[in-house]
Amino acid sequence: MSPDADDSPALDVRGLNKRFGDTVAVANLDLRMERGHVLALLGPNGAGKTTTVETCEGFLRPDSGEVRVLGVDPVTHGERLRPRIGVMPQGGGAYPGARAAEMLELIASCSAHPLDPAWLLDTLGLTAAGRTPYKRLSGGQQQRLSLACALVGRPELVFLDEPTAGMDPQARRLVWELIAALRADGVSVLLTTHLMDEAETLADRVVIVDHGRAVAEGTAAELTAPHDGRQELRFRSQPALDLDLLLTALPEDCTASEIRAGEYVIHGEIDPQTVSTVTAWCARQDVLAHELRVDRRSLEDVFLDLTGRELRS
Amino acid sequence: MSTDSTDVTGTRGHTFPGGTFRPAPGRAHPLRMLAAHTVLEAKLTLRHGEQVLLNLIIPLALLIGLSTLHIGAVTEPRVDSVVPRVLALAVMSTAFTGQAIALGFDRRYGVIKRLSATALPRWVLIGGRVLATLVVVALQVVVLGITGLLMGWSPAVEGLLAAVPLFVLGTLAFGAAGVLVGGTLRAEIVLAVANAVWFVLLLAGGLALPPQDLPGAVGALAHFLPSGALAESLDATLAHGALPGLRPVLVLVAWGAVTGLVAGRTTRLT
Repeated sequence: MSPDADDSPALDVRGLNKRFGDTVAVANLDLRMERGHVLALLGPNGAGKTTTVETCEGFLRPDSGEVRVLGVDPVTHGERLRPRIGVMPQGGGAYPGARAAEMLELIASCSAHPLDPAWLLDTLGLTAAGRTPYKRLSGGQQQRLSLACALVGRPELVFLDEPTAGMDPQARRLVWELIAALRADGVSVLLTTHLMDEAETLADRVVIVDHGRAVAEGTAAELTAPHDGRQELRFRSQPALDLDLLLTALPEDCTASEIRAGEYVIHGEIDPQTVSTVTAWCARQDVLAHELRVDRRSLEDVFLDLTGRELRS
Repeated sequence: MSTDSTDVTGTRGHTFPGGTFRPAPGRAHPLRMLAAHTVLEAKLTLRHGEQVLLNLIIPLALLIGLSTLHIGAVTEPRVDSVVPRVLALAVMSTAFTGQAIALGFDRRYGVIKRLSATALPRWVLIGGRVLATLVVVALQVVVLGITGLLMGWSPAVEGLLAAVPLFVLGTLAFGAAGVLVGGTLRAEIVLAVANAVWFVLLLAGGLALPPQDLPGAVGALAHFLPSGALAESLDATLAHGALPGLRPVLVLVAWGAVTGLVAGRTTRLT
């Protein structure tokens, strides 16, 4: 049942700018998501993720730039777009006095072909809480109800703004499975998160945003690939090991540095011999090399390299 | 917010059959949405203890108290003069104070934004709240009316029909003002303002006492407040079987139009 024969992308954002007073929330942002893909917006608090999502949902009017969601302008044609999307706003959203089941049934009643609300409550582990008023649900239960509300109308595209915030590990895993199932069924998903593993596990493409700008973009594999063509070996051990000793044992064009206390990086041609040299050097100093990995920065490394390591307010 | 502690073991390792979430978007029939929204709004009001206190218990207490205690120079039987004013109070309680407070906290909890993000058109979002308020007002009129009859109220039968559009007009006028307060201010401020206005209008707005029994300028002003205008016009129809004068009707229309227009510009989703 394809309501829409057009092949416009799920999301097409060009040159989006949005400021609130003197604060620049989003600056010249481009985003594109194909149908049936999962796109993760990854960024620290205040990076502009929610502003971007709310602009795509039609809640905010862009200062400049062009936003098309499923080929539709969300501001001027919101009423046409909204039946086709599912929205999970940050921090839930329900009548404080409405019971969980009532709230989901109300949202379901807005759609022509909704999923069975009772089944969805059961799937999300909310059956026992079905008669509990929203304001008395735990934070994680409110999040799960909000996710159910986003999915119940069988949308083509869902916006999930930090969907697993406040959830325990079991609930988070369930949400991940749900998102994978959505993707498998051809639903497009725009996800914001600051959890690296979430973006790495779920997303076809990751856009790292900071101060309202896209600072990196690609698949998780692309983002974590070595950027200068040279390979990289990372490991953790005791701080302040004698690197001079290691450098004399390594081939000449290799560099070695301790980038943070106890975290070492070797750049150069990394072959089995290099790895063996490093571990032998550790053995001579009677220390263990932990988390030794070759050629792959974690998404977190990329993220912190790009967005800085100081704490954001 | 507390972290999640509920067990979801039953669903752990869930695999979903292919096609479970296959998109099938579409808007339900608008009347179905309107009905679902109205029913839930009305249920939430009737289930809410403080709302029931404000909408029913206090008006009932005032109906009984003002009809039996000898306050002010009211012609006998007192109940004939009290019922129209208590009905006007009930309309104000539900449409203004109750609506404002509910809207203030609904915004706080993000429900207006949540509903705006669904297929629910804006007119249903507003229409559902209006209809739910009318349902609650109708229930109030029935309960207060029966209580009044039990206390010897003898309404002018020929005025009963004419009172119906007045209840609707009063609900819309007070409702618009309620949306103005509840849709613009922070929830705590809404609570304070909506209750303060209710109290001031009860005492000085021609509800507890008819405008002509209020001292000088206050009495004159009460004729131009929605509370006084609604009480006066209900008194004309229910107590005297007459048509309401043009002035009270215009006062209600003016309040509704002005507050409604301002509310349309200032109401925020959150």
